Amino acid sequence: MRILEGKDVQKYFGGLAAAAGVDFHINQGEIVGLIGPNGAGKTTLFNLISGSIAPTSGIIMFKGKNILGLKPHQICKRGLARTFQLVKLFGSMTVSQNILLACLFGRSGGIHKSEAQRESSNLLEFVGLSGMDNVIAKEMTIAKQKRLEVARALATKPELLLLDELMAGLNPTEVAQATELILKIRKKGITIFMIEHVMKAIMGVSDRVIALHYGKKISEGTPKEITADRTVKEIYLGI
Amino acid sequence: MPTTNSAASKWLFPLLLPFIIIILAAIIPRFLRPYTIISINNIFMYMALTVSWAIFSGPTGYISLASAAFFGIGIYVTAVLGDGLSFLTVIAFGGFASFLLALLTGLSSLRLRGMYFTIFTFGLSELIRHSVLWWEVNITRTVGRLVVSADNITVYYAMLTIVLLTLAMAYFVNNSKYGLALLAIGESEEAADHIGINVNGLKIVAFAISAFFMGAAGATMATRWTYIDPSIAFNSLFSFMPVLMAIFGGVRRIYGQIIGATVLTLLADMLITTFPYYYNLLYGIILVAVILFLPEGLTGIREKMTKWRKRALVE
Repeated sequence: MRILEGKDVQKYFGGLAAAAGVDFHINQGEIVGLIGPNGAGKTTLFNLISGSIAPTSGIIMFKGKNILGLKPHQICKRGLARTFQLVKLFGSMTVSQNILLACLFGRSGGIHKSEAQRESSNLLEFVGLSGMDNVIAKEMTIAKQKRLEVARALATKPELLLLDELMAGLNPTEVAQATELILKIRKKGITIFMIEHVMKAIMGVSDRVIALHYGKKISEGTPKEITADRTVKEIYLGI
Repeated sequence: MPTTNSAASKWLFPLLLPFIIIILAAIIPRFLRPYTIISINNIFMYMALTVSWAIFSGPTGYISLASAAFFGIGIYVTAVLGDGLSFLTVIAFGGFASFLLALLTGLSSLRLRGMYFTIFTFGLSELIRHSVLWWEVNITRTVGRLVVSADNITVYYAMLTIVLLTLAMAYFVNNSKYGLALLAIGESEEAADHIGINVNGLKIVAFAISAFFMGAAGATMATRWTYIDPSIAFNSLFSFMPVLMAIFGGVRRIYGQIIGATVLTLLADMLITTFPYYYNLLYGIILVAVILFLPEGLTGIREKMTKWRKRALVE
């Protein structure tokens, strides 16, 4: 079943095409990678899906319903969460407050505060931040901040999670830990659509990879097919 | 016994102290001279303005300079309707008129951020002042009007009630999930939006709630001035003072806002009577000194003291 589907999605910033008629789909339970050189329009595509910017034209269906024109908070309540390329936490708040807010506001049904508190400590344990409840978010290392952002997105109970460069700026050990985390999230039954530049990581975990260039989809397929694709090699991988 | 001591300061103190203050505030006017009551009414007015201003602007960091507009609307509601209706009805009307105005302007202005929002709200106050002036010059053909006055004691109790309601609302908002969400908006609007917070909706409602109390305060205080015109009712001082008082006392804590409003009102009173010629100069020096040395406001003193004490202990 297709959980997310985009048809002829277009976004122009003046004359610049950030998305020039992109067609894509994500199946339920999949991990799909999104790759492409800088300025290819990857983050723009995420912004269009999550509702931060409005497309020039096109259709985006989530769970069979058009979500185009909805605000990010409405899309979030329908079960689509994301993280940001540059971490966007509530920096002066504590770790647990960051997650608590997502529990309290991000779900379609209501939740009691005590239940939210319990879930937030479960989530912290899940992403490997247990015991850090009362730490001020911005005082953590970047790797931990990224984990917290993932936990905050998970707190909204998403069915689809968009990860925008989760591994950027992490050292090899941290990349391995992040990969492990992604697989753990999939085990929970959450579909993942991720932008990544760390090739080893994305080729290792993705079921399918989409390659963008100048706002156009230039290739799509299994990691094996993508690495063998001549256009992708020329434009992006540089081999 | 240290355990009972800490239990007392944890529970008894915060519960009992406000209770005692409320009772004292309720009986005290009988024993005071009229001048003292007038000056307390002034303090109440600025408390209501400062605390209600901080309900929205404190956590979000949206510095609003529209307080004069909302306060002035309240004053004019009393001036226009005060003749026929009861005091209480007029106060409620004043609050709701400002509430509605804030809803309308909020819809159009809260997309603006930072400096742009501040300038917009300042412009709004001026626009309303000049619109009312235009209306008086061209339509009613008399600038300014007389207000049915109420005695000081009545104003005292009305203002006391408004202050208490404002405090209760501020306390409720700060301790609810919406207060936390307003803080989140102050940190990152985009992130707040993406975890399901209706950012624009929440901002507009908080802005309107804060305007309600300003309008109610204006409607009450109007009865004290007997004569008002647009430059009195929409005086930009009513926009700047709440910001100043909140920062002076400490924006993030309600007791900081209360202290800020009280200290600055008393200070102005004292300086203007003892140093009529150097009043503004001294006032300015004190403000600059506090902002320079206590960027967190007067409430920052406590945190600084504990830091010093810790350092002293280490050494």
